[in-house]
Amino acid sequence: MNVLVCVKQVPDMESKFTVSSDGLWYDQSDLTYKINEYDEYAVEEAVRLKEKLGDVAITVLSIGPDRVKEAIRKALALGADKGAHIKDDEAHLKDPYQIATIISNYAKDKNFDIIFTGMQSEDRGSAQVGALVAEMLDYNCVTTIVDFEYADGKVNVKRELEGGIKAKVKANLPVVLTCQLGLNTVRYPTLPNIMKAKRKELKEFDVSEFLNVEPKVITLKAFVPEKKKGGIVLEGAPDEIADKLIKILKEKAII
Amino acid sequence: MKLLLVGEYKNGNIDDSFYELVAFAQKVGGEAVAFFVAPSDIKPEFNGKVYVADVSKAKEYNPKVHRDLILKVAEKENPDYIVLSHSSYGWDLAPRIAFKWDAGQISEIVEVSDEGFIVPFCNAKLRRLLKPNTEKAVLTLQSGAFAPAKEGSAQIESVDVDVQDEGLEFEGFEIVEKGGVDLTKAEIIVSAGRGVGKKENIEIVEKLAKALGGELGASRPVVDAGWLPPERQVGTTGQTVAPKLYVACGISGAIQHLAGMKKSNFIVAINKDKDAPISEVADVFVVADLLEFVPVLTEKLSS
Repeated sequence: MNVLVCVKQVPDMESKFTVSSDGLWYDQSDLTYKINEYDEYAVEEAVRLKEKLGDVAITVLSIGPDRVKEAIRKALALGADKGAHIKDDEAHLKDPYQIATIISNYAKDKNFDIIFTGMQSEDRGSAQVGALVAEMLDYNCVTTIVDFEYADGKVNVKRELEGGIKAKVKANLPVVLTCQLGLNTVRYPTLPNIMKAKRKELKEFDVSEFLNVEPKVITLKAFVPEKKKGGIVLEGAPDEIADKLIKILKEKAII
Repeated sequence: MKLLLVGEYKNGNIDDSFYELVAFAQKVGGEAVAFFVAPSDIKPEFNGKVYVADVSKAKEYNPKVHRDLILKVAEKENPDYIVLSHSSYGWDLAPRIAFKWDAGQISEIVEVSDEGFIVPFCNAKLRRLLKPNTEKAVLTLQSGAFAPAKEGSAQIESVDVDVQDEGLEFEGFEIVEKGGVDLTKAEIIVSAGRGVGKKENIEIVEKLAKALGGELGASRPVVDAGWLPPERQVGTTGQTVAPKLYVACGISGAIQHLAGMKKSNFIVAINKDKDAPISEVADVFVVADLLEFVPVLTEKLSS
């Protein structure tokens, strides 16, 4: 079986974000990067499938500047077989339609049976790329999965809905699956596997090979939102702020 | 300007999110028509034409079928925008419609401006202003961003379900057992988030809940990690609550969590990160490490 996992490298969301000088994105300097959390579940699920079936080749793909090679190496250390880096220093300025076009142009002649990716990225959060790739390749697609099983040439998944409800879905291959938080628990890469990952194939491609479309959505600007609600901010020694908080709660007759 | 609103029919009812789409249509202006996959006898409170495809044939989840039915209505009505909620139904369907309709998609709109549509960015720490680069566009709206608007009564027109998808089969729903905890009835909820760090620290938050006479809640990462059971989860995929007092301990405030608790009467957030999005809804924001601060607070409340 031939499996593709698409991962994005994103900053830690606990970071302090400022708008970039061109006014269109966040300032990418001085940030710690990692694999998008949703995509890590995608990598883990692909590796589990390989461990179960044996005969599975996993390619991991990422689009972006040179630093995204770290994300690919991490996925290789988790158990993917080879990497594809589609180099694009301006990837952050591409819209989801263009990103999906790059992926599907890469994937179209490679006969992937399953494409795993995250349901959204932590930074942009548009939740479009997975379903768009499926449309472009004419694959089946189930988004937001929290449970996955492969049997008899089909996948059985559960997709998460609101309010604690899940929908059970069976889909034929080839299929694109987008992963939701809680699908699995991602392993830690072991030192030998990190070393092994350094010797695995990691091919670089230039984005111009795969991108042949204009964006369908334009960013006019990125900005810092105005604080909606001016709540009281308490700072200082725990003992003092605890007294202040209790006083406020008593004044408001909450306790 | 014309909009096609795609409503959701869930658990035997029209989902209230439909009226947020109606409110959006009023704000943008122009004519609106609607579409549902539902039984033919639904009665949405909406002044306009409502196309209904029979849910017994089209099923609750069968995205390619729903997509094609919506495109059929779009062909007839020729709207400028197709609008859905940014929900598990909407974000699954919207890109598929956008692709086949050759339109751009803007996801999770929180506000409309003269120039375009505003969406959250980086866990709502920033925003982006976007505009479609196509004549038509598919839009999804953040849950709760537009106050619901109910209108009069609709004219229903049925849509033939004449499309199929052999590639995918919907096999029914699975509902999480509530296990005796009903957070929606609690007057005080004290919730633990990722900031607790490890399972052993849940106890610190639990003791505060006890001292306040409240129930213990959790954010999603805490439930996913198995530190607390799913019935304690607050947020769109868990319970939506509105207690008298909500105390968020080490919760950054992802939009899915905020949507589940922002209607609480009084909100206290305890977090090290002053920029955490939970600050947007907090009445009192305590800038502190919860592991240090919460035991002190509990002690004072208990004595």
